[in-house]
Amino acid sequence: MDALELTSAANRNRSEIHALEKKSGVELTDCYQCGKCSAGCPVAFAMDKTPRQIIRLLQLGLLEEALASRTIWLCATCQTCVTRCPKEVDLPALMEAVRQAAKKKGIVAEKEINVFNDIFLQNVKAFGKSPEVILSALYNLRSGHLFQDIDSVPHLFLSGKAHVLPEKVKNTDAIKKIFAKCAEGGEHS
Amino acid sequence: MRYAYFPGCSLGSTGIEFGTSNKLVAQKLGLDLWEIPDWNCCGASAAHLTNHTLALALPARNLAIAEKEGLDIAVPCAACFARFKATAEAVKASEETKKKISSIIEMDYEAKGEVLSLLDVIGKKISVEKIKANVAKPLTGMKVVSYYGCLLVRPPKIAQSDDPENPMVMDDLMAALGAEPVDWGYKTECCGASHVVTKPMVGKQMLRDILYNAQANGAEAIATACPLCMLNLDMRQKQINAKWGTNFNIPIYYFTELMALAFGYSFKDVGVPRHFVPAEKLLQDVFSRTGARREGA
Repeated sequence: MDALELTSAANRNRSEIHALEKKSGVELTDCYQCGKCSAGCPVAFAMDKTPRQIIRLLQLGLLEEALASRTIWLCATCQTCVTRCPKEVDLPALMEAVRQAAKKKGIVAEKEINVFNDIFLQNVKAFGKSPEVILSALYNLRSGHLFQDIDSVPHLFLSGKAHVLPEKVKNTDAIKKIFAKCAEGGEHS
Repeated sequence: MRYAYFPGCSLGSTGIEFGTSNKLVAQKLGLDLWEIPDWNCCGASAAHLTNHTLALALPARNLAIAEKEGLDIAVPCAACFARFKATAEAVKASEETKKKISSIIEMDYEAKGEVLSLLDVIGKKISVEKIKANVAKPLTGMKVVSYYGCLLVRPPKIAQSDDPENPMVMDDLMAALGAEPVDWGYKTECCGASHVVTKPMVGKQMLRDILYNAQANGAEAIATACPLCMLNLDMRQKQINAKWGTNFNIPIYYFTELMALAFGYSFKDVGVPRHFVPAEKLLQDVFSRTGARREGA
Protein backbone atom coordinates (compact mmCIF):
# COMPACT_ATOMS: atom_id res chain seq x y z
CA MET A 1 0.00 0.00 0.00
CA ASP A 2 1.26 3.50 -0.80
CA ALA A 3 1.75 6.16 1.84
CA LEU A 4 -1.47 7.90 2.70
CA GLU A 5 -1.99 11.43 3.87
CA LEU A 6 -4.63 11.01 6.56
CA THR A 7 -6.25 14.43 6.65
CA SER A 8 -7.30 14.39 3.02
CA ALA A 9 -8.00 10.64 3.11
CA ALA A 10 -10.79 11.17 5.60
CA ASN A 11 -12.66 13.17 2.97
CA ARG A 12 -12.33 10.69 0.14
CA ASN A 13 -15.57 9.09 -1.05
CA ARG A 14 -17.24 10.71 1.91
CA SER A 15 -20.84 10.71 0.72
CA GLU A 16 -20.75 7.15 -0.58
CA ILE A 17 -19.22 5.88 2.63
CA HIS A 18 -21.74 7.83 4.67
CA ALA A 19 -24.53 6.16 2.68
CA LEU A 20 -23.06 2.76 3.60
CA GLU A 21 -23.05 3.76 7.27
CA LYS A 22 -26.65 4.82 7.04
CA LYS A 23 -27.76 1.67 5.28
CA SER A 24 -25.99 -0.67 7.69
CA GLY A 25 -26.54 1.31 10.87
CA VAL A 26 -22.80 1.17 11.54
CA GLU A 27 -20.83 4.19 12.77
CA LEU A 28 -17.37 3.55 11.37
CA THR A 29 -15.72 5.66 14.10
CA ASP A 30 -17.09 3.24 16.73
CA CYS A 31 -14.45 0.71 15.69
CA TYR A 32 -11.11 1.06 17.49
CA GLN A 33 -9.51 -1.76 15.51
CA CYS A 34 -9.10 -4.29 18.32
CA GLY A 35 -9.44 -7.15 15.84
CA LYS A 36 -11.70 -9.39 17.91
CA CYS A 37 -13.99 -9.70 14.88
CA SER A 38 -11.21 -11.14 12.78
CA ALA A 39 -9.87 -13.44 15.50
CA GLY A 40 -13.23 -15.21 15.73
CA CYS A 41 -14.20 -15.07 12.05
CA PRO A 42 -14.55 -18.65 10.75
CA VAL A 43 -13.91 -17.57 7.14
CA ALA A 44 -10.96 -15.22 7.81
CA PHE A 45 -8.55 -17.92 6.63
CA ALA A 46 -9.93 -17.59 3.11
CA MET A 47 -10.31 -13.79 2.94
CA ASP A 48 -7.95 -11.39 1.18
CA LYS A 49 -8.61 -8.75 3.84
CA THR A 50 -9.70 -9.42 7.40
CA PRO A 51 -13.06 -7.99 8.52
CA ARG A 52 -11.14 -5.48 10.65
CA GLN A 53 -9.27 -4.30 7.58
CA ILE A 54 -12.51 -3.69 5.69
CA ILE A 55 -13.59 -1.25 8.41
CA ARG A 56 -10.14 0.39 8.40
CA LEU A 57 -10.29 0.90 4.63
CA LEU A 58 -13.64 2.61 4.96
CA GLN A 59 -12.43 4.73 7.87
CA LEU A 60 -9.61 5.92 5.60
CA GLY A 61 -11.86 6.64 2.64
CA LEU A 62 -10.38 3.77 0.59
CA LEU A 63 -13.76 2.65 -0.69
CA GLU A 64 -12.45 1.19 -3.95
CA GLU A 65 -10.29 -1.33 -2.12
CA ALA A 66 -13.18 -2.43 0.08
CA LEU A 67 -15.49 -2.83 -2.93
CA ALA A 68 -12.95 -4.93 -4.79
CA SER A 69 -12.20 -7.29 -1.90
CA ARG A 70 -13.26 -10.94 -1.83
CA THR A 71 -13.97 -10.55 1.87
CA ILE A 72 -17.32 -8.81 1.39
CA TRP A 73 -18.52 -11.85 -0.58
CA LEU A 74 -16.95 -14.51 1.61
CA CYS A 75 -18.56 -13.21 4.81
CA ALA A 76 -20.99 -15.99 5.72
CA THR A 77 -23.04 -13.63 7.93
CA CYS A 78 -22.57 -16.07 10.80
CA GLN A 79 -22.79 -13.11 13.21
CA THR A 80 -19.84 -14.19 15.36
CA CYS A 81 -18.07 -10.82 14.98
CA VAL A 82 -21.01 -8.63 16.02
CA THR A 83 -21.79 -10.97 18.91
CA ARG A 84 -18.27 -10.48 20.29
CA CYS A 85 -17.54 -6.88 19.26
CA PRO A 86 -17.03 -4.70 22.37
CA LYS A 87 -18.66 -1.81 20.49
CA GLU A 88 -21.41 -3.91 18.87
CA VAL A 89 -20.37 -2.84 15.40
CA ASP A 90 -22.75 -4.67 13.07
CA LEU A 91 -20.10 -5.91 10.65
CA PRO A 92 -22.36 -8.39 8.83
CA ALA A 93 -24.75 -5.52 8.04
CA LEU A 94 -21.82 -3.42 6.83
CA MET A 95 -20.51 -6.29 4.66
CA GLU A 96 -24.01 -6.60 3.20
CA ALA A 97 -24.17 -2.88 2.38
CA VAL A 98 -20.68 -2.85 0.83
CA ARG A 99 -21.46 -5.98 -1.21
CA GLN A 100 -24.68 -4.47 -2.54
CA ALA A 101 -22.81 -1.28 -3.47
CA ALA A 102 -20.09 -3.31 -5.21
CA LYS A 103 -22.68 -5.30 -7.14
CA LYS A 104 -24.41 -2.11 -8.25
CA LYS A 105 -21.10 -0.93 -9.70
CA GLY A 106 -20.55 -4.28 -11.37
CA ILE A 107 -17.59 -5.14 -9.11
CA VAL A 108 -17.98 -8.81 -8.24
CA ALA A 109 -14.85 -10.34 -6.74
CA GLU A 110 -16.47 -13.73 -6.11
CA LYS A 111 -18.51 -14.61 -9.18
CA GLU A 112 -19.74 -18.01 -7.97
CA ILE A 113 -21.29 -16.62 -4.81
CA ASN A 114 -23.03 -13.90 -6.81
CA VAL A 115 -24.36 -16.39 -9.38
CA PHE A 116 -25.65 -18.68 -6.62
CA ASN A 117 -27.54 -15.86 -4.87
CA ASP A 118 -29.03 -14.64 -8.15
CA ILE A 119 -30.31 -18.08 -9.12
CA PHE A 120 -31.68 -18.61 -5.63
CA LEU A 121 -33.75 -15.44 -5.86
CA GLN A 122 -34.88 -16.07 -9.44
CA ASN A 123 -36.21 -19.43 -8.27
CA VAL A 124 -38.06 -17.89 -5.33
CA LYS A 125 -39.53 -15.31 -7.69
CA ALA A 126 -40.70 -18.01 -10.13
CA PHE A 127 -41.85 -20.68 -7.69
CA GLY A 128 -42.34 -18.91 -4.36
CA LYS A 129 -40.16 -21.66 -2.91
CA SER A 130 -36.57 -22.68 -3.36
CA PRO A 131 -36.35 -25.96 -5.28
CA GLU A 132 -32.93 -27.34 -4.33
CA VAL A 133 -32.57 -29.56 -7.41
CA ILE A 134 -33.18 -26.69 -9.83
CA LEU A 135 -30.89 -24.44 -7.76
CA SER A 136 -28.02 -26.94 -7.99
CA ALA A 137 -28.57 -27.76 -11.65
CA LEU A 138 -28.76 -24.11 -12.72
CA TYR A 139 -25.79 -23.24 -10.55
CA ASN A 140 -23.65 -25.94 -12.18
CA LEU A 141 -24.69 -24.72 -15.62
CA ARG A 142 -24.19 -21.02 -15.03
CA SER A 143 -21.01 -21.31 -12.97
CA GLY A 144 -19.44 -23.70 -15.48
CA HIS A 145 -18.82 -26.33 -12.77
CA LEU A 146 -20.91 -28.83 -14.68
CA PHE A 147 -20.18 -31.99 -12.72
CA GLN A 148 -19.87 -30.54 -9.24
CA ASP A 149 -21.31 -32.88 -6.59
CA ILE A 150 -22.51 -35.29 -9.24
CA ASP A 151 -21.36 -38.12 -6.91
CA SER A 152 -24.13 -37.25 -4.44
CA VAL A 153 -26.95 -37.14 -6.97
CA PRO A 154 -27.91 -40.86 -7.00
CA HIS A 155 -28.24 -40.96 -3.21
CA LEU A 156 -30.24 -37.72 -3.14
CA PHE A 157 -32.85 -39.15 -5.50
CA LEU A 158 -32.88 -42.71 -4.15
CA SER A 159 -33.33 -41.51 -0.59
CA GLY A 160 -36.26 -39.25 -1.53
CA LYS A 161 -34.30 -36.12 -0.66
CA ALA A 162 -34.52 -34.71 -4.17
CA HIS A 163 -37.44 -34.38 -6.59
CA VAL A 164 -37.37 -33.37 -10.22
CA LEU A 165 -40.61 -31.39 -10.16
CA PRO A 166 -40.42 -28.21 -8.09
CA GLU A 167 -42.92 -27.44 -5.37
CA LYS A 168 -44.72 -24.17 -5.99
CA VAL A 169 -46.81 -21.76 -3.97
CA LYS A 170 -50.39 -21.56 -5.22
CA ASN A 171 -50.49 -17.80 -5.05
CA THR A 172 -47.52 -17.08 -7.34
CA ASP A 173 -48.99 -13.65 -8.14
CA ALA A 174 -48.57 -12.55 -4.54
CA ILE A 175 -44.87 -13.46 -4.68
CA LYS A 176 -44.30 -11.76 -8.04
CA LYS A 177 -45.95 -8.63 -6.65
CA ILE A 178 -43.64 -8.65 -3.61
CA PHE A 179 -40.60 -8.90 -5.89
CA ALA A 180 -41.88 -6.12 -8.17
CA LYS A 181 -42.62 -3.77 -5.27
CA CYS A 182 -39.26 -4.40 -3.63
CA ALA A 183 -37.49 -3.71 -6.93
CA GLU A 184 -39.31 -0.34 -7.12
CA GLY A 185 -37.48 0.73 -3.99
CA GLY A 186 -34.41 1.15 -6.15
CA GLU A 187 -32.63 -1.91 -4.81
CA HIS A 188 -31.49 -4.78 -6.91
CA SER A 189 -33.82 -7.77 -7.02
CA MET B 1 -50.18 -26.10 22.87
CA ARG B 2 -50.74 -24.74 19.38
CA TYR B 3 -48.20 -23.05 17.09
CA ALA B 4 -48.17 -21.88 13.51
CA TYR B 5 -45.53 -24.02 11.80
CA PHE B 6 -43.28 -22.94 8.95
CA PRO B 7 -41.52 -26.03 7.53
CA GLY B 8 -39.47 -24.15 4.91
CA CYS B 9 -38.16 -25.44 1.60
CA SER B 10 -35.54 -27.91 2.89
CA LEU B 11 -38.00 -29.97 4.91
CA GLY B 12 -39.70 -31.21 1.74
CA SER B 13 -36.42 -32.25 0.12
CA THR B 14 -32.90 -32.56 1.51
CA GLY B 15 -34.16 -32.16 5.07
CA ILE B 16 -37.10 -34.52 4.70
CA GLU B 17 -36.22 -36.50 7.87
CA PHE B 18 -36.39 -33.29 9.89
CA GLY B 19 -39.99 -32.77 8.74
CA THR B 20 -41.07 -36.34 9.47
CA SER B 21 -39.43 -36.50 12.87
CA ASN B 22 -40.78 -33.08 13.90
CA LYS B 23 -44.30 -34.32 13.26
CA LEU B 24 -43.78 -37.54 15.22
CA VAL B 25 -42.26 -35.72 18.18
CA ALA B 26 -44.94 -33.02 18.18
CA GLN B 27 -47.67 -35.64 18.20
CA LYS B 28 -46.17 -37.43 21.21
CA LEU B 29 -45.72 -34.18 23.12
CA GLY B 30 -49.21 -32.86 22.40
CA LEU B 31 -47.80 -30.02 20.33
CA ASP B 32 -50.30 -28.93 17.69
CA LEU B 33 -48.34 -27.62 14.68
CA TRP B 34 -50.58 -25.71 12.25
CA GLU B 35 -48.75 -25.50 8.92
CA ILE B 36 -48.98 -22.00 7.48
CA PRO B 37 -51.15 -22.45 4.36
CA ASP B 38 -49.49 -21.72 1.01
CA TRP B 39 -46.28 -20.54 2.69
CA ASN B 40 -43.43 -19.12 0.61
CA CYS B 41 -39.63 -19.27 0.87
CA CYS B 42 -38.07 -16.99 3.52
CA GLY B 43 -35.54 -15.72 0.98
CA ALA B 44 -32.66 -17.09 3.08
CA SER B 45 -29.26 -15.41 2.83
CA ALA B 46 -29.66 -14.73 -0.88
CA ALA B 47 -32.39 -12.18 -0.21
CA HIS B 48 -30.72 -10.26 2.60
CA LEU B 49 -27.41 -10.20 0.77
CA THR B 50 -29.13 -8.62 -2.20
CA ASN B 51 -32.15 -6.57 -1.22
CA HIS B 52 -32.97 -5.51 2.33
CA THR B 53 -36.67 -4.85 1.74
CA LEU B 54 -37.23 -8.14 -0.03
CA ALA B 55 -35.52 -9.94 2.87
CA LEU B 56 -38.20 -8.55 5.20
CA ALA B 57 -41.19 -8.86 2.86
CA LEU B 58 -40.78 -12.55 2.01
CA PRO B 59 -40.95 -13.77 5.63
CA ALA B 60 -43.58 -11.13 6.44
CA ARG B 61 -46.15 -12.71 4.12
CA ASN B 62 -45.92 -15.96 6.12
CA LEU B 63 -45.89 -14.13 9.43
CA ALA B 64 -49.00 -12.17 8.47
CA ILE B 65 -50.89 -15.37 7.64
CA ALA B 66 -49.91 -16.80 11.05
CA GLU B 67 -50.92 -13.55 12.76
CA LYS B 68 -54.42 -13.78 11.31
CA GLU B 69 -54.71 -17.12 13.06
CA GLY B 70 -53.53 -15.49 16.29
CA LEU B 71 -50.68 -17.92 16.81
CA ASP B 72 -47.03 -17.81 17.87
CA ILE B 73 -44.74 -19.30 15.25
CA ALA B 74 -42.43 -22.32 15.46
CA VAL B 75 -39.68 -22.50 12.82
CA PRO B 76 -37.50 -25.62 12.58
CA CYS B 77 -34.85 -24.38 10.09
CA ALA B 78 -32.19 -22.12 11.61
CA ALA B 79 -31.95 -19.89 8.55
CA CYS B 80 -35.72 -19.46 8.19
CA PHE B 81 -35.96 -18.79 11.93
CA ALA B 82 -33.32 -16.05 11.68
CA ARG B 83 -35.10 -14.34 8.78
CA PHE B 84 -38.51 -14.58 10.48
CA LYS B 85 -37.21 -13.26 13.77
CA ALA B 86 -35.26 -10.44 12.09
CA THR B 87 -38.43 -9.41 10.25
CA ALA B 88 -40.57 -9.46 13.40
CA GLU B 89 -37.97 -7.38 15.28
CA ALA B 90 -37.64 -4.87 12.42
CA VAL B 91 -41.42 -4.40 12.24
CA LYS B 92 -41.64 -4.02 16.03
CA ALA B 93 -38.85 -1.46 16.06
CA SER B 94 -40.16 0.90 13.39
CA GLU B 95 -43.61 2.15 12.52
CA GLU B 96 -42.27 3.15 9.10
CA THR B 97 -40.98 -0.37 8.37
CA LYS B 98 -44.28 -1.83 9.54
CA LYS B 99 -46.25 0.37 7.12
CA LYS B 100 -43.86 -0.26 4.25
CA ILE B 101 -43.88 -4.05 4.67
CA SER B 102 -47.66 -4.25 5.14
CA SER B 103 -48.16 -2.29 1.95
CA ILE B 104 -45.75 -4.54 0.01
CA ILE B 105 -47.38 -7.79 1.15
CA GLU B 106 -50.88 -6.25 1.03
CA MET B 107 -51.69 -7.67 4.46
CA ASP B 108 -51.53 -6.23 7.95
CA TYR B 109 -48.59 -7.42 9.97
CA GLU B 110 -47.89 -6.04 13.44
CA ALA B 111 -45.46 -8.66 14.82
CA LYS B 112 -47.86 -9.64 17.60
CA GLY B 113 -46.93 -13.32 17.67
CA GLU B 114 -43.71 -14.66 19.15
CA VAL B 115 -41.25 -16.24 16.70
CA LEU B 116 -39.45 -19.25 18.16
CA SER B 117 -37.14 -21.92 16.81
CA LEU B 118 -38.65 -25.38 17.12
CA LEU B 119 -35.63 -26.23 19.27
CA ASP B 120 -36.64 -23.54 21.76
CA VAL B 121 -40.31 -24.54 21.65
CA ILE B 122 -39.45 -28.14 22.53
CA GLY B 123 -36.58 -27.29 24.85
CA LYS B 124 -38.11 -24.36 26.73
CA LYS B 125 -41.91 -24.53 26.48
CA ILE B 126 -42.24 -28.24 27.20
CA SER B 127 -41.17 -29.67 30.55
CA VAL B 128 -38.26 -32.10 30.81
CA GLU B 129 -40.56 -34.40 32.79
CA LYS B 130 -42.94 -34.63 29.86
CA ILE B 131 -40.11 -35.47 27.48
CA LYS B 132 -38.66 -38.05 29.87
CA ALA B 133 -42.09 -39.61 30.34
CA ASN B 134 -42.25 -40.33 26.60
CA VAL B 135 -38.87 -42.06 26.37
CA ALA B 136 -39.47 -45.72 25.59
CA LYS B 137 -35.97 -46.58 24.31
CA PRO B 138 -33.40 -44.43 26.11
CA LEU B 139 -30.18 -43.51 24.29
CA THR B 140 -28.18 -44.70 27.27
CA GLY B 141 -24.58 -43.59 27.19
CA MET B 142 -24.69 -42.34 23.59
CA LYS B 143 -21.90 -39.78 23.35
CA VAL B 144 -23.35 -36.92 21.35
CA VAL B 145 -22.21 -33.36 20.71
CA SER B 146 -24.95 -30.79 20.13
CA TYR B 147 -24.26 -28.58 17.14
CA TYR B 148 -26.18 -25.29 17.14
CA GLY B 149 -24.35 -23.47 14.35
CA CYS B 150 -24.89 -19.75 13.85
CA LEU B 151 -28.38 -18.53 13.42
CA LEU B 152 -30.18 -20.29 16.27
CA VAL B 153 -27.99 -18.39 18.72
CA ARG B 154 -26.73 -15.29 16.90
CA PRO B 155 -27.00 -12.35 16.84
CA PRO B 156 -28.10 -12.55 20.50
CA LYS B 157 -30.54 -9.63 20.20
CA ILE B 158 -32.43 -11.44 17.46
CA ALA B 159 -32.01 -15.11 18.37
CA GLN B 160 -32.57 -14.66 22.12
CA SER B 161 -31.29 -18.14 22.87
CA ASP B 162 -30.10 -19.30 26.28
CA ASP B 163 -26.46 -18.37 25.55
CA PRO B 164 -24.87 -17.22 22.27
CA GLU B 165 -21.48 -18.80 23.05
CA ASN B 166 -22.43 -21.86 25.09
CA PRO B 167 -26.07 -22.79 24.51
CA MET B 168 -27.29 -25.82 26.44
CA VAL B 169 -30.90 -26.33 25.34
CA MET B 170 -30.10 -29.18 22.91
CA ASP B 171 -27.54 -30.71 25.28
CA ASP B 172 -30.23 -30.82 27.98
CA LEU B 173 -32.67 -32.47 25.59
CA MET B 174 -30.07 -35.12 24.74
CA ALA B 175 -29.57 -35.78 28.46
CA ALA B 176 -33.35 -36.14 28.88
CA LEU B 177 -33.26 -38.89 26.26
CA GLY B 178 -30.61 -40.75 28.27
CA ALA B 179 -27.71 -39.75 26.04
CA GLU B 180 -24.42 -38.38 27.33
CA PRO B 181 -23.96 -34.80 26.07
CA VAL B 182 -20.31 -34.18 25.21
CA ASP B 183 -18.83 -30.70 25.65
CA TRP B 184 -16.86 -29.35 22.68
CA GLY B 185 -15.47 -26.15 21.23
CA TYR B 186 -17.36 -26.00 17.94
CA LYS B 187 -20.99 -26.03 19.06
CA THR B 188 -21.67 -22.59 17.61
CA GLU B 189 -19.11 -22.51 14.80
CA CYS B 190 -20.36 -21.78 11.30
CA CYS B 191 -20.69 -24.71 8.84
CA GLY B 192 -20.12 -22.32 5.94
CA ALA B 193 -23.70 -22.70 4.64
CA SER B 194 -23.65 -22.54 0.82
CA HIS B 195 -19.89 -21.88 0.67
CA VAL B 196 -19.38 -25.61 0.17
CA VAL B 197 -21.21 -25.19 -3.16
CA THR B 198 -19.77 -21.86 -4.29
CA LYS B 199 -16.30 -22.05 -2.69
CA PRO B 200 -15.92 -25.81 -2.09
CA MET B 201 -12.42 -25.67 -0.57
CA VAL B 202 -13.47 -22.99 1.91
CA GLY B 203 -16.67 -24.77 2.92
CA LYS B 204 -15.05 -28.18 3.21
CA GLN B 205 -12.29 -26.89 5.47
CA MET B 206 -14.89 -25.36 7.80
CA LEU B 207 -16.78 -28.67 7.89
CA ARG B 208 -13.60 -30.68 8.39
CA ASP B 209 -12.72 -28.66 11.48
CA ILE B 210 -16.16 -29.19 12.99
CA LEU B 211 -16.02 -32.96 12.40
CA TYR B 212 -12.48 -33.08 13.78
CA ASN B 213 -13.42 -31.24 16.96
CA ALA B 214 -16.40 -33.54 17.54
CA GLN B 215 -14.22 -36.60 17.10
CA ALA B 216 -11.36 -35.22 19.21
CA ASN B 217 -13.78 -34.76 22.10
CA GLY B 218 -14.93 -38.36 21.88
CA ALA B 219 -18.33 -37.88 20.25
CA GLU B 220 -19.97 -40.85 18.53
CA ALA B 221 -22.55 -38.64 16.85
CA ILE B 222 -23.52 -35.04 16.15
CA ALA B 223 -27.02 -33.70 16.83
CA THR B 224 -28.16 -30.69 14.84
CA ALA B 225 -31.23 -28.47 14.48
CA CYS B 226 -30.55 -27.05 11.01
CA PRO B 227 -31.18 -28.73 7.63
CA LEU B 228 -28.23 -27.01 5.96
CA CYS B 229 -25.78 -27.88 8.76
CA MET B 230 -27.10 -31.44 8.55
CA LEU B 231 -26.76 -31.74 4.77
CA ASN B 232 -23.27 -30.25 4.84
CA LEU B 233 -21.97 -32.44 7.66
CA ASP B 234 -23.67 -35.62 6.41
CA MET B 235 -23.20 -35.42 2.63
CA ARG B 236 -19.64 -34.06 2.61
CA GLN B 237 -17.79 -36.51 4.87
CA LYS B 238 -16.75 -38.73 1.97
CA GLN B 239 -15.45 -35.76 -0.04
CA ILE B 240 -13.58 -34.45 3.02
CA ASN B 241 -12.00 -37.85 3.64
CA ALA B 242 -10.91 -38.01 0.01
CA LYS B 243 -9.36 -34.54 0.18
CA TRP B 244 -7.52 -34.74 3.50
CA GLY B 245 -7.07 -38.49 3.97
CA THR B 246 -9.23 -38.39 7.09
CA ASN B 247 -11.47 -41.24 8.14
CA PHE B 248 -14.64 -39.50 9.30
CA ASN B 249 -17.69 -41.70 9.58
CA ILE B 250 -19.74 -39.78 12.12
CA PRO B 251 -23.52 -40.17 12.00
CA ILE B 252 -25.37 -36.83 12.09
CA TYR B 253 -28.93 -36.64 13.41
CA TYR B 254 -31.58 -33.99 13.74
CA PHE B 255 -32.35 -33.59 17.43
CA THR B 256 -35.97 -34.53 16.68
CA GLU B 257 -34.82 -37.74 14.96
CA LEU B 258 -33.10 -38.80 18.17
CA MET B 259 -36.19 -37.79 20.16
CA ALA B 260 -38.55 -39.75 17.88
CA LEU B 261 -36.29 -42.82 18.03
CA ALA B 262 -36.10 -42.62 21.83
CA PHE B 263 -39.89 -42.25 21.89
CA GLY B 264 -40.05 -45.68 20.21
CA TYR B 265 -40.48 -44.94 16.48
CA SER B 266 -38.64 -47.10 13.95
CA PHE B 267 -35.68 -46.03 11.81
CA LYS B 268 -37.95 -46.11 8.80
CA ASP B 269 -40.70 -43.98 10.39
CA VAL B 270 -38.15 -41.35 11.29
CA GLY B 271 -36.20 -41.46 8.02
CA VAL B 272 -32.78 -42.55 9.32
CA PRO B 273 -32.09 -44.80 6.27
CA ARG B 274 -32.08 -41.65 4.12
CA HIS B 275 -28.80 -40.40 5.60
CA PHE B 276 -25.53 -40.35 3.66
CA VAL B 277 -23.42 -41.56 6.59
CA PRO B 278 -25.01 -44.83 7.77
CA ALA B 279 -26.76 -43.93 11.02
CA GLU B 280 -28.61 -47.08 12.07
CA LYS B 281 -25.75 -49.23 13.37
CA LEU B 282 -24.73 -46.79 16.12
CA LEU B 283 -28.28 -46.62 17.44
CA GLN B 284 -28.66 -50.39 17.33
CA ASP B 285 -25.52 -50.56 19.46
CA VAL B 286 -26.87 -47.91 21.81
CA PHE B 287 -30.17 -49.72 22.23
CA SER B 288 -28.43 -53.06 22.83
CA ARG B 289 -26.22 -51.41 25.48
CA THR B 290 -29.40 -50.22 27.16
CA GLY B 291 -30.86 -53.71 27.01
CA ALA B 292 -27.69 -55.22 28.46
CA ARG B 293 -27.70 -52.71 31.32
CA ARG B 294 -31.32 -53.45 32.05
CA GLU B 295 -30.72 -57.19 32.11
CA GLY B 296 -27.71 -56.67 34.32
CA ALA B 297 -29.65 -54.53 36.78
